[in-house]
Amino acid sequence: MSTIANPETTPPAAGPAATRDAVDVVARGRRRRGRRRNVVVAVLAALLVATFAVTLMVGQTFYGPGEVTSVILGEQVSGASFTVGRLRLPRATLGVLTGLCFGLGGVTFQTMLRNQLASPDIIGISSGASAAAACAIVFWSLSGAQVSMVAIVAALGVALLIYALSVRGGAAGTRLILVGIGLAAMLDSITAYVLSRAAEWDLQEALRWLTGSLNGARWADVLPVLVALVVLGPLLLARGRGLTMMQLGDDAAAALGVRVERTRLLVIVAAVCLIAFATAAAGPIAFVAFLSGPIAARLVGPGFSLLFPAALVGAVLVLVADFTGQFAFGLRYPVGVVTGVLGAPYLIYLIVRSNRAGGTL
Amino acid sequence: MTSAHRLVAEGLALGYKDRLVISSLDLQVPPGRVTAIVGANACGKSTLLRSMSRLLAPRAGHVLLDGKQVHRCPAKELARTLGLLPQSPLAPEGITVSDLVGRGRHPHQGVFSRWSRDDDAAVAAALEATNTLDLADRPVDELSGGQRQRVWIAMALAQQTDVLLLDEPTTFLDVSHQVEVLDLLTDLNRHRGTTIVMVLHDLNLAARYADHLVAMADGAIYAAGEPEAVLTADTVRAVFGLDSQVIVDPISGRPLMLPIGRHRRLQPHAAPSGPDTAGQRLA
Repeated sequence: MSTIANPETTPPAAGPAATRDAVDVVARGRRRRGRRRNVVVAVLAALLVATFAVTLMVGQTFYGPGEVTSVILGEQVSGASFTVGRLRLPRATLGVLTGLCFGLGGVTFQTMLRNQLASPDIIGISSGASAAAACAIVFWSLSGAQVSMVAIVAALGVALLIYALSVRGGAAGTRLILVGIGLAAMLDSITAYVLSRAAEWDLQEALRWLTGSLNGARWADVLPVLVALVVLGPLLLARGRGLTMMQLGDDAAAALGVRVERTRLLVIVAAVCLIAFATAAAGPIAFVAFLSGPIAARLVGPGFSLLFPAALVGAVLVLVADFTGQFAFGLRYPVGVVTGVLGAPYLIYLIVRSNRAGGTL
Repeated sequence: MTSAHRLVAEGLALGYKDRLVISSLDLQVPPGRVTAIVGANACGKSTLLRSMSRLLAPRAGHVLLDGKQVHRCPAKELARTLGLLPQSPLAPEGITVSDLVGRGRHPHQGVFSRWSRDDDAAVAAALEATNTLDLADRPVDELSGGQRQRVWIAMALAQQTDVLLLDEPTTFLDVSHQVEVLDLLTDLNRHRGTTIVMVLHDLNLAARYADHLVAMADGAIYAAGEPEAVLTADTVRAVFGLDSQVIVDPISGRPLMLPIGRHRRLQPHAAPSGPDTAGQRLA
């Protein structure tokens, strides 16, 4: 080894055990951040329950908590059984479920591609599902689960197409987003064309496929979304830790024991399916997928998996926006119009900020 | 805790798509020692390191850890024995030092298992070893380059592996931080017996800090062994295409390479290492 008589001046820094104080510092910081996350999740969950209850009670006619509970329990209450049971309950349930799907699917893409702009409603996946669903209804007279299936196939196809168009040359990132935005524009124009061919549709129905709407929600619309969420939601949440590890980059994640390729494939398919099911039921509710992740990130703070909080944010967003659209203005607006108004400024803000920072998209 | 893990590459062929980077390479990493890999840009150093840590599947041959093929090992199991710090890992926006270092605990945790006291202790030990405990609650974004690199090494330490591979751990650091990082890795090797394999750009620091020096050229190992035997003017010419003079480093007693360029030479014929060293390119 070393031939020169140079005294070892380095302290034994890399000793195996940590001092108690150090462990306490680490544990305290971690607990503090963990508490914040738990509080945020609890508040969001409470908020979701509260908004759900309010949308069931408040409307043209007010029904008290007692009447609403009776209706949910299946009892016949004159007036309330129809208004709450047939109109408000399926609508609110569909709002919660699609919100959860959009939030979950959106934040999955944003986390995986490390870019908030890489949300499925920006890069054309929702647009693909929407265009396909509109086609399926107008041209092929399909309904229910069949529409969902067509939407899923289209959404997966769009995801594959974006990947194929953007992966060449290695660098994904910005190119993927730009390719996606281009595809989204194309697919939206397909939707507009389909709508123009369906003369018998009213404006509300057309708006569903352009911006998303919960109007006329029925239990038959709710069921496929519920099944998708029950099957795919836990699957995605179980991959949450692997997904957050992949924020370190593929190599670092793989070196820490994450099966990067498998996780990515599984998570993409699950997220795309969730988005497609939700879109087939309520249309591409504008910007919910895009907004939920960043809002959840701001609330929870860095370092945690955002999947669950973002799903809750998505559900609250959809419910609140739908309620606002129904009652805040003289005219009834579909939910997507309201979320669109919220989301567009944020999109512009993101682009301006990234340009100012000298960064890419 | 001493590691006697044997990491060996046999007949390894590696490549990306239609490009073969390494055609047939054999390497034995001496257990419990510090190995440095040097070589010109794009000679396959990083590719080799990625394959040894299971990130790149071999076209032919295999990498063995204690006789088992690393590409057949379960990912998490391998990550408890062998760690890799890649060249440019990404820090998630806003993440605190302590949380980032905590991600090194991933291979020790189950899918739904909770964070344990062991995890806290491992993170704390890693922070203390890298002298970053004061930074524990700071966002990584706010740190200087030198601090950040120490944090990344802390993450690799929290992984608590007996074998640690590092891809250019000193890039982008100024000289004092380079020395600091290499001292830290030497501590780790001496006190825990961690086997260290690192790709280094700086030949002289590699020769000073490595027990075993590997010089690569064009996807093959040109020379491997003790730094005194490997770092010679001939090796430098073969590996980097550079004329040089190698002297004894008065600080460490290890070889020290002085490059010979076309300019700034006191005596045009001073280079002792060969008849054709100086002035040739001027012709």
